[in-house]
Amino acid sequence: MSELRFDGVSVRYGGRRRGMTAVDGVDLTVPEGTVVGLVGESGSGKSTLARAAVGLTPLSGGRVLLDGRPLPQRPGSRPVQMVFQDPYSSLDPRMSVGDSIGEALPRGTRAGERRREVARLLELVELDGDRAGAYPSQLSGGQRQRIALARALAGRPEVIIADEITSALDVSIQGAVLNLVRRLQRETGTSMLFISHNLAVVRYVASEIAVMYLGRVVEHGPAAQVLADPQHPYTRDLLAAVPDSAHAAQRVGDPALSAVAAVAAADPADPHAPPPGCRYHPRCPIGPLVVPERDVCRTEEPTVEHRHAAACHFAPALLRGGD
Amino acid sequence: MTTSPLHADPAPGPTAVGAAPPRRSTGARRWLAVLRTPVGAGAGALLALVLLLAVLAPLLFSGRAEAVDTDHVLEGASAAHWVGTDNLGRDLFFRVLVATRLTVGLALLATLIAVVVGIVLGTAPLLLGRRAGRLVVAAVDIAVAFPGLLLALFFAVVFGVGMTGSVLAIGFAGAPAFARLTQTLAAGVAERDFVAAARVAGVGRVRLLLRHVLPNIGEPLVVNATIGAGGALLAFAGLSFLGLGVQAPAFDWGRLLQDGLSGIYVHPAAALAPGVAIVVAGLAFNLFGEAVAKGIGLTTTAGVVRSPRRAAAARAVQAAQADQGQPGTDRGRRDGRPVLDVRDLTVTFPGAAGPVRPVRGVTFAVGAGEAVGVVGESGSGKSLTALAIARLVEHPGHVSAGRLDLLGTDLRTGSERSHRRLLGTSFAMVFQDPMTSFNPTQRIGRQLAEVAEQHSGLSRARALGRAVDRLRSVRIPAAERRARQYPHEFSGGMRQRAMIGMGLMGEPALIVADEPTTALDVTVQRQVLDLLQSIRTADDVALLLISHDVAVVRQVCDRVLVMYAGRVVEDLPAAELTTAARHPYTRALVASVPDMSVDLDRPLPVIPGRPVDPAHQPPGCAYAPRCPLASRRCAEEDPDLVDDGNGRRVACWHASEVRAGDPTPGAVPVAAPGAIGGRA
Repeated sequence: MSELRFDGVSVRYGGRRRGMTAVDGVDLTVPEGTVVGLVGESGSGKSTLARAAVGLTPLSGGRVLLDGRPLPQRPGSRPVQMVFQDPYSSLDPRMSVGDSIGEALPRGTRAGERRREVARLLELVELDGDRAGAYPSQLSGGQRQRIALARALAGRPEVIIADEITSALDVSIQGAVLNLVRRLQRETGTSMLFISHNLAVVRYVASEIAVMYLGRVVEHGPAAQVLADPQHPYTRDLLAAVPDSAHAAQRVGDPALSAVAAVAAADPADPHAPPPGCRYHPRCPIGPLVVPERDVCRTEEPTVEHRHAAACHFAPALLRGGD
Repeated sequence: MTTSPLHADPAPGPTAVGAAPPRRSTGARRWLAVLRTPVGAGAGALLALVLLLAVLAPLLFSGRAEAVDTDHVLEGASAAHWVGTDNLGRDLFFRVLVATRLTVGLALLATLIAVVVGIVLGTAPLLLGRRAGRLVVAAVDIAVAFPGLLLALFFAVVFGVGMTGSVLAIGFAGAPAFARLTQTLAAGVAERDFVAAARVAGVGRVRLLLRHVLPNIGEPLVVNATIGAGGALLAFAGLSFLGLGVQAPAFDWGRLLQDGLSGIYVHPAAALAPGVAIVVAGLAFNLFGEAVAKGIGLTTTAGVVRSPRRAAAARAVQAAQADQGQPGTDRGRRDGRPVLDVRDLTVTFPGAAGPVRPVRGVTFAVGAGEAVGVVGESGSGKSLTALAIARLVEHPGHVSAGRLDLLGTDLRTGSERSHRRLLGTSFAMVFQDPMTSFNPTQRIGRQLAEVAEQHSGLSRARALGRAVDRLRSVRIPAAERRARQYPHEFSGGMRQRAMIGMGLMGEPALIVADEPTTALDVTVQRQVLDLLQSIRTADDVALLLISHDVAVVRQVCDRVLVMYAGRVVEDLPAAELTTAARHPYTRALVASVPDMSVDLDRPLPVIPGRPVDPAHQPPGCAYAPRCPLASRRCAEEDPDLVDDGNGRRVACWHASEVRAGDPTPGAVPVAAPGAIGGRA
């Protein structure tokens, strides 16, 4: 349907002195009809980017473009929709779920049509059409998240932003919601930015993966390639941390990661005071703390002219003709 | 407005998990419940009486209240005139009754003005956007700083002396407080995701306010308006008494009070009667407001009520850790006895339809140095089991057990004090949210040191030394400096490590960790899990790790207990979780979690149906309604947890079939791969 492009997007919170830059010059494209998975730790700016995309947070720099055009800001037509993390707070407890979904339908939909459309959307997310009169408190977490998906679809969006939509759900329900997301995405062809801290979940849903660290995208590429052959040390660190014995064991032999102990206990960086140079250098297992001669990491910011657009001085350079 | 109704009563814990009835009838039922409390009923009856009088008294008694009788001027109480007469010989009793309408009416009118102006001012920041909104907020802040009566006097002068003036004066004087309340409540609601979702859906500001914000702050506003009406009534009486309010020939209670006051030494009843009326009516409004505020709990106002149980539990553990008397010398590891031995542990909560048992007959043991994981969905009773072991299940919850031994000491009998000592020395508990586990107003080092001071009678300085040492042992860099910091200066992972460090201030034989890494990032999660692992191997400490994350448990633990609907349904070595689980639920649970090697071309297997509501446990196997292997027997008889002789236990009538069966019998794929995209 449409391509969503973040063009040098920055978001700053607070004043000049004590503020922080949550998202710093992010360039990211969600191509038409694909699912881009966005991973990163808390505080990396994932959710801020999501909120910026739907206009909940004002940009302090850059543009969000839909098919090359700026997003319309007037109320009533919102081509980018969002599904929130916590289905317990994203539905109004005082409104029936049918009303919640109906509210997101395009303006001017007549009552009868509205009812039919709500029933159709409910069935699309595999709920009974007659649940429209139910209140959120009568539904389970998984059912609420389906309602939230239906509401997002009601606005006939070009792009859906899904912000950690399964992390508040029980594991047994998570699978069903992921299946639903995949099915809906394939049926409707909607482009999607799928944000999660869980790599296994992102791997299952997304065809491309972008990795964020302290407000920057540090690696971006096709999912299979990024997971099989990560270029940025932070991506490698994330992968090694997945509690999955096979994967962790496979990486124990990695000489770069055996030095991890030196930096493993390092505290996550403070977004209020990002380090100079490469932002990852205080935690980097191949950076200046482990390899002293790599002083360039402390002073210069890496470019993204590397494979998978990895923002690392020591990632292999971009090969002409694709990688 | 005497008390803020913003406090929320603690949710009743696990019983709240069950399906709730529709919202609207809940609301109605809560209001009715208010009337069933003694204060609520009394205040309600009083209020009804006052309002009834306000409507009826002028219709019934106007004639008698206005009847001038110059023969009986300024008389005291008599059989003919119960509270005497005024200077024109009019009956004061009936005048007081008739004055109810004017007094209450004016008070309500003033309250209405206060509420409307307050809501307009309070919601203006939402409608106007940032800059103009800030101006309104600042203006309200300034207005709030002025005492209400002063404002009322000021307005009374501006609007002129008389009824209109004083109504406007009291109304406007009450508005700032109301505006502030509305602002606070509305800001709380406006931050919630459903408002953001509505904005994303393209809902305009006005509709957002009317549909989403106001309904969700309605209850506290109504409550405060009721209390405010009581205040307005008093203020009005005050103004009339001062001669700034109602003017003759109209009369309200304040006016009657003033008239009666001149003769108070001769016939006090003339002043007392309107005074009593004011007090009674004021009390009726205020008490009713208070009763409603208390009764409905106001849980729907600002933000989600976070489970207070956890925070309370964390404090209790701290208290226990701080309250230990002697160091525990017997660590109970000499004779191979289990560190923890639990038999038939049951936790009961009273429910609307009989007792609810979220934990039903849990039996297990943890050996010295052993790591045992507990997995299950939310509501399976895993956290409650941990709380029951730590004696942290609070009233009205009730814990019973066939055996509950920690290091050979029976926790079911004996004094509370000795238990706390034992739990304090040999037991450590780590909670999910490290933010609520520490006291935010005390330095981290101080909080750890307190434990050692109580525990081994160390001096303040030496206790702090040990705290720093423990912080270092949980790999907190720059421990001396960190010990002087406050909890908010620690990151989530750091706090969790400090919490573990606090557990290590004693010499624990058992650490119970309830979802210790759920709130943490994956990289930090790995650090915390590694830390727990190294503590375990270094000091031979047993670990009971409760988690919903099968992968975490598989990585860390030796043995896994799988819980479903308050029972242990399977107990097996962690290494066999993926390969040799026999209970269909275990297999389905493991299969439904995507890992890094899951097949991308197939839908994830899912568990159909919903978990059992603890209030409605079926007679048979609780998993039967969701189980593909369920037979008639499963629906009728609950299978026992049977030991196979090798330490593996399973509670399933069909366990032997599962073992021989296909790879993931418990889980059913939602749709065959071909069906993807089948629906247009």
